[in-house]
Amino acid sequence: MSRSDRSLSLAGPHHLGVGSTRLAAWGAGTGTMVLVAALFGFGADHPALVLGVGWGALALAVLLVIRGRYVGKPAGVRNDGVFHRSLTARGAIAWALGIAFTAYYVALYWFPESIAGITRLFDPLSRLLRGRPADQWFAYGGFYTFAVLVMGAKFLVKYRHSRYQTWRTVSVMFFQLGFAFLLPAFLALMQRPEFYFSYFWPLDYDALWPGTVGSFSTTTLGLWAIGIGLVLTFVATPVLTFLYGKRWYCSWVCGCGGLAETAGDPFRQLSDKSLKAWKIERWMVHGVLLLITLLTALLWVNSALEGGWLGSFSQGFAKAYGFVIGAVFSGVVGVGFYPLLGSRVWCRFGCPMAAYLGIVQRFFSRFRITTNGGQCISCGNCSTYCEMGIDVRSYAQRGQDIVRASCVGCGICAEVCPRGVLRLENGDWKLRLEER
Amino acid sequence: MRHIVIIGNGISGITAARHIRKRSDDRITVVSGESDHFYSRTALMYIYMGHMRYAHTKPYEDHFWAKNGIDLVRGWVERVDTTSRELELSDGRWITWDVLLVASGSRSNLFGWPGQDLRGVQGLYGLQDLERMERDTTGVRQAVVVGGGLIGVELAEMLHSRGIHVTFLVREPRFWGRVLPEAGSHLIERHLREHGIDLRLGTGLQELVDDGTGRVKAVRTTNREEFPAGFVGIGVGVSPNIGFLQGSGVSTDRGVLVNGFLETNVRDVYAAGDCAQLQAHPEPGRPAIEAVWYTGRMMGEAVARTITGERTAYDPGPWFNSAKFFDIEYQTYGRVPAILDEGHDAHTWEHPDGRRSLHLVWEKASRRFLGVNALGVRLRHEVFDAWLRQGASIDAVVAGLERAHFDPEFHRRYVRDLAQSFMPVVP
Repeated sequence: MSRSDRSLSLAGPHHLGVGSTRLAAWGAGTGTMVLVAALFGFGADHPALVLGVGWGALALAVLLVIRGRYVGKPAGVRNDGVFHRSLTARGAIAWALGIAFTAYYVALYWFPESIAGITRLFDPLSRLLRGRPADQWFAYGGFYTFAVLVMGAKFLVKYRHSRYQTWRTVSVMFFQLGFAFLLPAFLALMQRPEFYFSYFWPLDYDALWPGTVGSFSTTTLGLWAIGIGLVLTFVATPVLTFLYGKRWYCSWVCGCGGLAETAGDPFRQLSDKSLKAWKIERWMVHGVLLLITLLTALLWVNSALEGGWLGSFSQGFAKAYGFVIGAVFSGVVGVGFYPLLGSRVWCRFGCPMAAYLGIVQRFFSRFRITTNGGQCISCGNCSTYCEMGIDVRSYAQRGQDIVRASCVGCGICAEVCPRGVLRLENGDWKLRLEER
Repeated sequence: MRHIVIIGNGISGITAARHIRKRSDDRITVVSGESDHFYSRTALMYIYMGHMRYAHTKPYEDHFWAKNGIDLVRGWVERVDTTSRELELSDGRWITWDVLLVASGSRSNLFGWPGQDLRGVQGLYGLQDLERMERDTTGVRQAVVVGGGLIGVELAEMLHSRGIHVTFLVREPRFWGRVLPEAGSHLIERHLREHGIDLRLGTGLQELVDDGTGRVKAVRTTNREEFPAGFVGIGVGVSPNIGFLQGSGVSTDRGVLVNGFLETNVRDVYAAGDCAQLQAHPEPGRPAIEAVWYTGRMMGEAVARTITGERTAYDPGPWFNSAKFFDIEYQTYGRVPAILDEGHDAHTWEHPDGRRSLHLVWEKASRRFLGVNALGVRLRHEVFDAWLRQGASIDAVVAGLERAHFDPEFHRRYVRDLAQSFMPVVP
């Protein structure tokens, strides 16, 4: 009796309490304002303190949301109100956030001096880790890693009942912090070229270009780096994808995937599930893979002929690729539009690595999502929460296993399914497409 | 080319339409008063809770129907004439048909309680119910849900997700007591209370109290208690929705009476899904009306074959079903009665956290496996289906449980715990 009596006094045991919401909003507002003020030179004398306050306030806001929404409540799928909230249902807040993200990316790529005030905040951290002042890319890496860690923590609490989600999230947090942030900083400190072992060709599109190879091959470490890169691209990728599907990379290692799975998690439901979007996706993503393969080959041909045959064409091609795909697509559209188009726009429509992994996954992999007999009720939760825009339900309701090039194996379809119909599995790869 | 008209665009009617289209060039028209397009009724709760929008619950994009030559007509069927082979819609339109499939589903039960027509009192079956609920729960702080079954618990979860305090009246002494074995009932009861639901067992609805404006303000129970309620959700079962067949010559009882081929007494008139009442169920012991998504889908497929010339008996195979009670998933395969039958034996494993359990039933003498209930554990359908069809022994099932594990990767294999806990009772 006492339990039910106590609950009478609670306005809404499941909703984020008004107090928590207000506090979280204040925290997010303070953090944002401190960082915006830094743009105008605020805190230039105390960069570490200002960055600490800004990050602290943002982290506190996330902590309050975690407390209000998950702590002290039974663990389970908590998507209540996702389509009622402005932030997660393409409302005014989502638009504002999308515009702010986009503006940041534009400044980052083309007007770095306009965000110098923020870059300066990272000087102490950069000196500590790299022994030199920060540039805009170090600051960007800092924000990126902060977002993956803080929102990763939120994701860990949200899915604390699922060991698959826990391990996967710990993994992307580890690779972002260790391989994409600390290790390159350490290499910089040692006066070595910054090298990201978690990015390789074709995602790291210029990793195998003659220019890069040329500059790296002057040192032993550089040669090792090139060798490791080649092995990762041409040996590890097909082997691991055959064994586990593309998820080993896309939702366990990759930094773009890491951001999408953590900071992007509140927006996964916004991906377009229409047949039309799938058609566009197939042309685009494979087109980009074709483009980068062609471009890399051209650059080598050009380099072998010492520019005699292709002249400046291949260099122009390379520049254009860097601008359109490297900056506009993966940065501005890929992350800037999270709150409007969902978290995996880049991965789905633009990433050549995803295309490559996808081809392997589609034709030579043991990975599939198994449908549990006839238990599907066609409710649509799986499709709605698929960040890659796969209409998971269309397979599940026919009792078919799901084998799709684009599936990154995040496993959220299996989490949100209210009937336990879906399971990510590695099995006999010849049997997976047979009708059961 | 015949004109096949299907009344109802739920899972039965739409499954039938799709399979008829695959097998013939007949003209197909689906009539529905509820919605323009097929949507998943089972997802109604998620729209209210904000997990999805209505559009997400539609399994096919809107262009699917025209592309596949399936005509959709929006309207409520008023009456059916089987001599002239026509039906009349409530707006006065007439549709002629050569073949008629009645797949009109159910309607929510109301048992004549005083005040049941007050505003803010309703069941949950279709989109119109959802719209009413959306309208009538605005600003409501306290609600009462009546009926300890699947719809009742959905209503409780929906209201709870909006921060509305729920008093949950269950007439039986334990939750879903006509279906779940006792330990399972208690597991769910604990979980409901853990979520802050004020669960009142052994308590029925007596009457609903008017606030003076035609709106409900409280309920009185059979225990003479009174609970304030700005909204009352009723989940006490459903009945076939077949009023429009009166005078049509189609035989009905509680539902539309059909034989094993889902044929009615009138030539070229069929029925499938919730509204169909089997004169003899192909699986002995199962009820004549099974208002369940899965059976509706299987009937739709079977009747499509019969209508297109391959007369096919409805054969659903071993029973299975599933549900979710807040965070706890439920799956069942085979026959697991609430109270053990004479000559049967059962074994229950429950996790120390009290949130998951497995319950096996078998025939004592032959040791033939009869069924399993899973709460908070996912099991593989096809493995259990094969065991049930083969008549596997309980010992073979326990020995092979590992194959039935279906929880996500890295999760503990609870089937092992079950197998281990089973050992001591095996001689």
